[in-house]
Amino acid sequence: MVEVTDVVCSLCGCVCDDIVVEVEDNKVTKVKKGACAVGKSKLMGHNRIKSPAIRENGELKECSYDEAIKKAAEILAASRRPLLYGWSSTVCEADKVGIELAEEIGAVIDNTASVCHGPSVLAIQDVGLPSCTLGEVKNRADFVIYWGANPAAAHANHMKRYSYISKGYWTEEGKKAKKLVVVDVRKTATAKMADVFLQIEQGKDYLVFSALRAMLYGHEDVVPDEVGGVSKKDLLETVEMMKASKFGITFFGMGVTHTGGRHNNIVNAIQMTRAAHTHTKFSIMPMRGHYNVAGINQVCTWETGFPFAVDLSRGYGWYNPGELSATDLLIRQECDAALIIASDPGAHFPGESIKHLAKIPVIQIDPFPNPTTEFADVVIPAAVSGVESEGNVYRMDNIPIRLRKLIDSEYLPDEEIMKRILEEVRAIREKEGK
Amino acid sequence: MTELLIKNGVVYDPINGVKGERKDVCIRDGKVVSEVKNPKVIDAEGRVVMPGGVDIHAHIAGGKVNSGRLFRPEDGRKGVKARTNVCRPESGYSVPNTFATGYRYAKMGYTFVMEAAMPPLAARHTHEELVDIPILDNAALPLIDNNWMTMDYVKSGDTDLLAAYVAWIIKATKGFGVKIVNPGGTEAWAWAKNCDLNDEVPYFEVTPAEIIKGLAEANEKFDMPHSIHVHTNMLGHPGNFGVTRDTYDLVKGIKPAKDRQVMHTTHTQFHSYGGTNWGDFESKADVIADYINQNDHATIDLGSIILGDTTTMTADGPMEYSLYQITGRKWTNHDVELETGSGITPFLYSGKSPVNTIQWAIGQELALLVKDPWKVALTTDHPNAGPFIGYPILISMLMSKKRRDESAEDMHKVIFDRAEYCSIDREYDLNEIAIITRGMAAKALGLHEHGKGHLGVGADGDVAIYDMSPEETDAGKIQKAFLNTKYTIKGGQVVVKDGEVVATPDGKTYFVTPECDDTLTDEMMVKLKDKFDHYYSVAFNNYAVQDAYVPNPYEIKAPWRS
Repeated sequence: MVEVTDVVCSLCGCVCDDIVVEVEDNKVTKVKKGACAVGKSKLMGHNRIKSPAIRENGELKECSYDEAIKKAAEILAASRRPLLYGWSSTVCEADKVGIELAEEIGAVIDNTASVCHGPSVLAIQDVGLPSCTLGEVKNRADFVIYWGANPAAAHANHMKRYSYISKGYWTEEGKKAKKLVVVDVRKTATAKMADVFLQIEQGKDYLVFSALRAMLYGHEDVVPDEVGGVSKKDLLETVEMMKASKFGITFFGMGVTHTGGRHNNIVNAIQMTRAAHTHTKFSIMPMRGHYNVAGINQVCTWETGFPFAVDLSRGYGWYNPGELSATDLLIRQECDAALIIASDPGAHFPGESIKHLAKIPVIQIDPFPNPTTEFADVVIPAAVSGVESEGNVYRMDNIPIRLRKLIDSEYLPDEEIMKRILEEVRAIREKEGK
Repeated sequence: MTELLIKNGVVYDPINGVKGERKDVCIRDGKVVSEVKNPKVIDAEGRVVMPGGVDIHAHIAGGKVNSGRLFRPEDGRKGVKARTNVCRPESGYSVPNTFATGYRYAKMGYTFVMEAAMPPLAARHTHEELVDIPILDNAALPLIDNNWMTMDYVKSGDTDLLAAYVAWIIKATKGFGVKIVNPGGTEAWAWAKNCDLNDEVPYFEVTPAEIIKGLAEANEKFDMPHSIHVHTNMLGHPGNFGVTRDTYDLVKGIKPAKDRQVMHTTHTQFHSYGGTNWGDFESKADVIADYINQNDHATIDLGSIILGDTTTMTADGPMEYSLYQITGRKWTNHDVELETGSGITPFLYSGKSPVNTIQWAIGQELALLVKDPWKVALTTDHPNAGPFIGYPILISMLMSKKRRDESAEDMHKVIFDRAEYCSIDREYDLNEIAIITRGMAAKALGLHEHGKGHLGVGADGDVAIYDMSPEETDAGKIQKAFLNTKYTIKGGQVVVKDGEVVATPDGKTYFVTPECDDTLTDEMMVKLKDKFDHYYSVAFNNYAVQDAYVPNPYEIKAPWRS
């Protein structure tokens, strides 16, 4: 038995990196410290895609890696409008090869941000993002808002490691000396911990941000007695707490990005941060979901110039979310083949786009079976990044951390699979004289 | 064995005292040699030949550069260029993607660029991007000044322990030297405040002046190739020239470990301002230039303005906030725990604006008023005063009084009474241009001892052949020649021919290993581990940049000076 310390979790955007596990006989046998229940489950391992497989007459038939990779390359090389999608639950090294492949075949490359914090990216492109690292929050924040986010369930270590419950240099007393405001449409587990819970009406986030902005700029007279289901009194109380704080932060989740108003909500949330900044130090941060969704946005940006929804069919990156994000492309029935890696559109995309995905050849690369596997035509199992292979990932605050390899695997890492597909595609295209 | 002979070139190699001589350059296996036997021959046909360019200060890789790209798709769209058989796709103007960054520098004849600001906690990010920049050799300067460990040791006066920490953080980040950006001010910015040179940093009981002096002393404990590299306090504030001058005085008595400056101040244009507000704003380039002329312990780079739209970015968080308040444009901020911060906002430099006009004049005035070009490096603090792609404009300005006079006519009329610009007759010659674009930067960084910035025997086979005769006086033609080389040769390999990239070898990453006594390191480590146990959000064992991030390393050892 070997004890491994400082293990990095490859589950959510928290990327906890102080986990202690026990490894015996090339298996993670125990998670001793640091991980939440979901992270623990991932580290311990669960049901896997057993073998590479190719669908024949409606059934997935097991095959070798070579056969699956060759088939995948043939599909991609023959495609006139390929889509390469996913990239958020794998390492940057694999993402880089994905972009190279997209360049080679003139694909659209998109990542899960487009159905997640894509609206936040649009807002940042409008007004910017006054933010900080999570350690800044830990050491300084005496005022925390979670808006449309429920970390108690979705980012289970977030409050403990970084925000409301954590202790740092100026926050030695932990939550005793902090204020927590939760804004949500229902009383979540996080809301139950809050000093102030603003239960807003569905889709009224924009109005509530506007009211808080107005009050922060000293225009409370224009705010009506009730906004979006919240009383003016509660809003004023929140604003007074914001103004009295030394360091405030808003964490926002998909409750804000995926309700009426979409990216406009986030623009307003950021404008509220700017307004609060006229009184005190105030920052804002999206609660990124997958452990490396921030990373694919980073890699895609420094290589193509743009963070998601990038079309490389012109030979250079062309960015137009709304036209070129995966769901748009699929709903228009525009793409004729798709490579899906480290994600599950089968579970998360709108019905119309899944219908088209089911019609076209789909290559899936993933350690785990999921609804996408049900219609994938080529299935390629991968090693679990952070357990069976290493690589770089970006935490939700864009801090890069290297995942560790804990055990050996019979499965290939994503990067290796992608490199072999790219090689095969290049060989085919060379034969065709392209 | 591959050999290359560049014949019939007019060579400018200032480090070796070669001032426009018609001579051959011989390269074997990537290095300059005295003679070759069976070389591939390039006939330069009387064109200007220089060593590969060395940029001492540019923001080309890392978190803030990429945040700039991410929040400015409108800038990304400006520079798009399709992939070729050799090149990957390009995007961006002020914030080009990594590929465009490598190609465009190489086309201007540059072969080494220093990334000027690496937040230690995000150092992996900087290195990931440096690896993705083709052709260019590179290095990065970690930000060490607003750091809690640094401030603790400056407060206690333990210079040896501070040196032990400086050694550790440079090694942990695979960094090159000590970068200082608005010392104390960026820590204060975490509470939405700022610091002047002698203000006390909130909670830390030290002043920026003490931080600068402490780090300069710590740096000189080792044979560091570079001095401290300083972005002084109060950047961009009217009347800040006094702060800049006082900052130079702080380190005047410190003896450098090597034959070089004790302090390099960067983008000095932004720090040479007179006046008390934006209304009476004026150039004090003459005062700063006088100081540099009279003292030998400080060098500068220009941070000269290129007119037009750009993306400003710096670890000076409060400065970016001020700038955003002026323009009302989008603003990104990213404070980094225990270490540093950063801000980003787009900015348009307009010749119609009196303030921008004076800024524009100051950058060039500094180059023209500092008498010894060995004290000046050409930069635009890319992309802060403008993108690096504007260097050829500046070169043509410095070489042509006529062009400066014509340009001044298009600027706001304040240029005639609040700057010396129009009264300066000096014109740079090609030897001086070679100094401020390669020789000086290589020497100030200590890289001339590692084959950069010159063409002596043993130097790297990095050569730029510019498509111009040494007699050329037409500013437009000079600008064109410096934008796209006839040939750029990197390590003996032709990478640019007739202004097109023809090969994209990987660049090397240069990093420094300061060698510190174990006893000191052990004592320092107790304090450092406490910081990790209680305040960092990343574990100590996951902090240092792993070797995988620097696949093409070039290590420079910096022994402790006994």
